[in-house]
Amino acid sequence: MSTRQLFTRPARRAAIAPYLWMVLFFLLPFAFVAKIALSQSALAQPPYLPTFDLTAGWEALKAAAATLSLDNFRLIFSDELYANSYLRSLLVAATSTTLLLLLGYPVAYAIARLPERWQPIAMVLVIIPFWTSFLIRVYAWINILQHDGLLNQVLMALHVISAPLVWLSTDSAMYIGIIYSYLPFMILPLYASLAKLQPSLLEAAQDLGASPAKSFWLVTFPLSLPGVGAGVLLCFIPIVGEFVIPDLLAGSGDMMIGQTLWLEFFANKDWPLAAAIAVMLLGILLVPLLVYEHIQRRQLEGKQ
Amino acid sequence: MPGSTLLHIDGVEKRFGGFVAVDGLSLEVKAGEFFALLGPSGCGKTTLLRMLAGFETPDCGRILLDGTDIAGVLPHRRPVNMMFQSYALFPHLNVSDNIAFGLKRAGMARDEIATRVAEMIALGRLEGLERRKPNQLSGGQQQRVALARALALRPRLLLLDEPLGALDKKLRDSTQRELMDLQRRLGTSFIIVTHDQDEAMTMADRIGVMNHGRLVQVATPRQLYEQPASRWVAEFVGDVNIFEGRIERREDQRLVIACHNTGAIVAAAPRQSLAGEAVCVAIRPEKMKLSRQGPAEAAIQAGAINRLEGTVSNLGYLGDISSYGIALDAGATLRVSVTNTARVDVDDFRPGERVVVWFEPDDCVVLDP
Amino acid sequence: MAGRAQPGLSRFNVTALALGLGFLYLPIVILVIYSFNASRLVTVWGGWSLRWYVEFFNDQAMLAASWMSLRVAAASATAATVLGTLAAIALSRGARFKGRTLFSGMLYAPLVMPEVITGLSLLLLFVAINVERGFWTVTVAHTTLTMCFVTVVVQSRLNSLDRSLEEAAMDLGCSPVRAFLSASLPLIAPSIAAGWMLAFTLSLDDLVIASFTTGPGSATLPIRIYSEIRLGVKPEVNAICTLFIGLITLLIVSASLASKISSARGDNAARA
Repeated sequence: MSTRQLFTRPARRAAIAPYLWMVLFFLLPFAFVAKIALSQSALAQPPYLPTFDLTAGWEALKAAAATLSLDNFRLIFSDELYANSYLRSLLVAATSTTLLLLLGYPVAYAIARLPERWQPIAMVLVIIPFWTSFLIRVYAWINILQHDGLLNQVLMALHVISAPLVWLSTDSAMYIGIIYSYLPFMILPLYASLAKLQPSLLEAAQDLGASPAKSFWLVTFPLSLPGVGAGVLLCFIPIVGEFVIPDLLAGSGDMMIGQTLWLEFFANKDWPLAAAIAVMLLGILLVPLLVYEHIQRRQLEGKQ
Repeated sequence: MPGSTLLHIDGVEKRFGGFVAVDGLSLEVKAGEFFALLGPSGCGKTTLLRMLAGFETPDCGRILLDGTDIAGVLPHRRPVNMMFQSYALFPHLNVSDNIAFGLKRAGMARDEIATRVAEMIALGRLEGLERRKPNQLSGGQQQRVALARALALRPRLLLLDEPLGALDKKLRDSTQRELMDLQRRLGTSFIIVTHDQDEAMTMADRIGVMNHGRLVQVATPRQLYEQPASRWVAEFVGDVNIFEGRIERREDQRLVIACHNTGAIVAAAPRQSLAGEAVCVAIRPEKMKLSRQGPAEAAIQAGAINRLEGTVSNLGYLGDISSYGIALDAGATLRVSVTNTARVDVDDFRPGERVVVWFEPDDCVVLDP
Repeated sequence: MAGRAQPGLSRFNVTALALGLGFLYLPIVILVIYSFNASRLVTVWGGWSLRWYVEFFNDQAMLAASWMSLRVAAASATAATVLGTLAAIALSRGARFKGRTLFSGMLYAPLVMPEVITGLSLLLLFVAINVERGFWTVTVAHTTLTMCFVTVVVQSRLNSLDRSLEEAAMDLGCSPVRAFLSASLPLIAPSIAAGWMLAFTLSLDDLVIASFTTGPGSATLPIRIYSEIRLGVKPEVNAICTLFIGLITLLIVSASLASKISSARGDNAARA
């Protein structure tokens, strides 16, 4: 036995409280989501049936369980509205993630090439907007994009356009908002992997005859792939479920799945349907989530 | 000088998974002794040291300190302290607080702690640095704080893990002498782990050479160098020329050995017994003599001097000595080092020059191959 | 400056950096400037004025929401810091234990989980166990989300610590727990502080989870702002946002100072 193992027992005891907390408030709620996704909407408090009353006895519970059904999922599959919503979410997330990567990479790369003492300062500058409220960042763009907002004023002053364009409530506005809000999430992991890159590797590549562009593609980019992967997942998954940005910036036509869920829950008070939408969304996101978890674990194990 | 046995390690073994780090090792260290564990990286010396400190528990065997088995005792309950390779100074505590750390844990009275800390500050020549944080100290100063902290509890045994590894060469030399003085003055037993043989040879009363988790030789520095117990030790400690051959005949006190690519070599018969007729002959480079003409005839007549002829193939000038590579006519290559005793009119040999190498039978060590 | 040759910035790099940072800051700067606009029309500059700040401080509903948000943020950040630090200790020092994969999975998943899902699932739990929704439910929800961020921050610091510091403490007479508390805890303290601040701002920030888990009459500031700006730009909101940004900038500057101290210590620990 090693003394390092002496630390493990008290350390494991430290896990008890957070473990119970996460089981109670993260894992357990999914059981309720699953149960309610199988329930029926009702004009009641809470607005779904059946409700399990543990005091009513075994038979009553069995009867209640018998009324659970897959009706909500049938509805989601049969009504095009929901399929379109899911597809639009995935499409928006994929497009935004690609744009984020194209925009974020040059910035992260430039920061990684700054003199070492400037790098942390540049990273703090990138992170600060991420700490200011999501809502504020979206709101700031409403200021700029509205009909008589700054963007139209500037474009008209420059004689690029003669009459104000409609920016707000369009997909362009939504993409601007998404990219603006998620850019730090992309730059952060990209920078982390680019900063680890030793300049001597590039020097060696060039010494061996690779042009700067070639050495970027042959050395820098492959070595930054873990950062690319982390950045893509950190952006893609939350964007799929995004609500605030499309709600405030996009038009009222097609909705992303987060909006649909919100609408069913808050406006239509159809909790079971909202829960079913969440279950489906979770199922779709589980794939990239598991990939992300796997990468995280591999990185941790690599470190140890 | 060293007296009674302080530490008795008895058949200690330690495995990590399938890897045997320390393999049934036994050793005695006397009170007041300066003992060095020397060996290549991965030989188990650090694991052994960590077992003495209590950071690892042996799988089997006993570690007796003053006759008490401490193999299972936790580090904080042992009268043994350690100076870490990384120094492990607490970065959030200043020099005084680092030194006082163990004293406070031991529940010493406040004024007693102050006295002891002052004593240790003086011992480590750290006056004026008491309020500094570790990151405001030079490497040498950090090293002295680490030493003072480890000695503050007046341990029976101080363990030092590569204590000078992080220092540059000049500082290392002076620190070696300081450590030796300190150890003599305090009379504390020191066990130092090092991979630097010069360090071990300079400082230690005795050296234990480790390889593959075993002690291959425990001896004074001189014995280790002049009477290596095996070919591995001879090659590990210092430079050596090794010639393989077979014993041709035995004369009294002498062996005549037919070597593959030098011809016959006459060597003093070893004290230890040999496993068979196949042997190797080890000769240190500085024990050989080099000249254009060879030894005087009279010298050859008087004793059986080994005389080999060859050509200088390369030379390295190192200031105090010059090291020559010689290609023997019989095929072997060997190194000879010559002390540069004079500054001018030096009779040095050029590459390509014909030379004669000779050495006494007593300078040869015969070992199992 | 450095001994190692810097690869140097190309014109392309400088442009990317300037545009990137410009893109990130321009909207916020514009928002801050317009918060001092005297004109009611958001786009017409009517001279400098503190009018909208005065309006905010007279708006009882907004003030109540702000107070609610600050209380929730302080309470949930504190709980999240305690739980997240414990989780980080377990993950970093607990080696492999049964259920570790589930544990780390539960702690990493909320980092990327869409907020609508987290919010909905917590609400359904609160409804099912029939608790009154308001301050406490939002606090619990925010604790659940933000403790994961605290865990990540503290764990990465713990993993980078030199373990021989704990061994040295044990060598000098500390029991294992005592050694952790006296040798490692002071070194991770700045990260714990940074974790608290991150949790605090994340909680202050959140609209979606709070919308799901709060009850009638206990709206948080983002909920109030959201219902205001759905109807269009309001100069008063500009003022609130500016105050918000000011508060958060203050927190970040102190957090980065704290982490600078921490990393200065850490550098030393690594070098020594």
